[in-house]
Amino acid sequence: MEETKPTSTADKISTYLVTIIMIVLALSIVALLWSVMAFSAGQVEYAGFLLIVGFMAMALSVYMLFQSRRRVSNLKIDTPKTMTTVECKKCGIKTVREFQRGDYVYKELEKCQKCDDKMLVTAIYREVKEKEKVYNV
Amino acid sequence: MAFLATGGDIISQIIYAASMMLFVVFMFYGQRIQMYVMIREVEASLYKLKFIKEEGRKIAIETLKEIGKPTVDPSARVDRFLEYFTISPQSMDPAGIVYKLDHILDVRDTRLKDEVKLMAPASDEIQVNNLENTLEAAMALTYIYKVVRHYYIQGKKTLSLYTIMQLQMILPLVMKEAEAYASALKAFAYGQPIGDGAGPLVAAKLMYGYENRKVPKDCVVATVPIEGRTALIIKAEGPGGNVGKPGDAVQTVIEENEGKIANVIMIDAGLKLEGEIVGEISDGIGAAIGGPGVDQYKIEESIAKYQIPINAVIVKEDIGDAVSPMRKEISDSIDKVIERVKNVILERTKEGDKIIIVGVGNTIGIGQ
Repeated sequence: MEETKPTSTADKISTYLVTIIMIVLALSIVALLWSVMAFSAGQVEYAGFLLIVGFMAMALSVYMLFQSRRRVSNLKIDTPKTMTTVECKKCGIKTVREFQRGDYVYKELEKCQKCDDKMLVTAIYREVKEKEKVYNV
Repeated sequence: MAFLATGGDIISQIIYAASMMLFVVFMFYGQRIQMYVMIREVEASLYKLKFIKEEGRKIAIETLKEIGKPTVDPSARVDRFLEYFTISPQSMDPAGIVYKLDHILDVRDTRLKDEVKLMAPASDEIQVNNLENTLEAAMALTYIYKVVRHYYIQGKKTLSLYTIMQLQMILPLVMKEAEAYASALKAFAYGQPIGDGAGPLVAAKLMYGYENRKVPKDCVVATVPIEGRTALIIKAEGPGGNVGKPGDAVQTVIEENEGKIANVIMIDAGLKLEGEIVGEISDGIGAAIGGPGVDQYKIEESIAKYQIPINAVIVKEDIGDAVSPMRKEISDSIDKVIERVKNVILERTKEGDKIIIVGVGNTIGIGQ
């Protein structure tokens, strides 16, 4: 089963937000250029100040851009992989395969390859990969 | 470049002026800025809710078309279905309210099933139940979205910090519930067992291979020998999405046996607290059953009439696990639940006794 993709409306990032981010990014580049010019003019203290301001503004705008993109990418419904366990009660053969529509627990399937008994769906489950955070309290 | 020569002084003045301005701005507009930040947060969640709601509707319509093979587009009918409401009975005079509520729920169930049959004429009974569950999950998502949107707009209109603050505070819980329903949608559409099916799964495992018969309403009962006792095992009839009416089923089985039942053991999924492990088992006393309370009332009434002791075993999980496809931890815990049930039987009953074991929950994807 595939993941549901976000719709076109969900894909949009606010143009207002993007404009602000771009202005801040442009100003940060100007501040960095000025800091180079100030440094070559011998004003080390001023150059340092502009360098800090420039880097901070650049970091902030890049962070905001990534944040807004991440929010958009979060807009999807995850459909976890579901597995079906098929067992032969007589000879004990056990196979695990991906869930197929129509499967249900205690559904009798085709005959077992080893013996004549019918195979049986004994479990349908999903596995959660990520471990839950443990709080030692 | 000329201003660079006098840079140091100008910069200190600018920083001073800016900090003074910031101080004044925060003094007068601090609360408003805080509110705008909250509104932005609520807005982001509302967008997500809208997306989930629309996906829910889309999945429901696609499943109806795929399974039900309708001759006309069911979209308009689905939209009407998603807006259905149920009015609970008046409680000013609470005497007899349980049976009034029971009747209202029966009418609702029949109405929803009839609607699904009209929308999906080619579907069989199992598919009708699964489709009804899918549509109900979509209905819950629509309702959650509308309520959150209502308070968001109201907060924005009145610029009330407290309306927005209350909404922002409960949003993480609301989002968790909405995400749970979203993952339930696919499970219902495909007919996969959900976490709430832990009870029926235990009952199915106990009754598999034994003959069963139908009992009212939408339940099955099988007579199974366990540890020298006779166990009457009840579960909702699967594998379609169905919770049945275990209250009626227990009442019927007790009356059939003229009250000569040594113990009633109920198995259900129970909400875990944070910090508890998914699939953990716990046992106790009482009727382990959720829902509107009608079935719990009926079971309690029946056992009180004949003074029958009642025990319960629960499998712990959170709301997300309860409505999404069954986790492996829950599926793996079934054998441990059976062991616990056998312990209760050995400790609380004598050989030759008759007992009732009820697997409570939605039996979607679980046969018998």
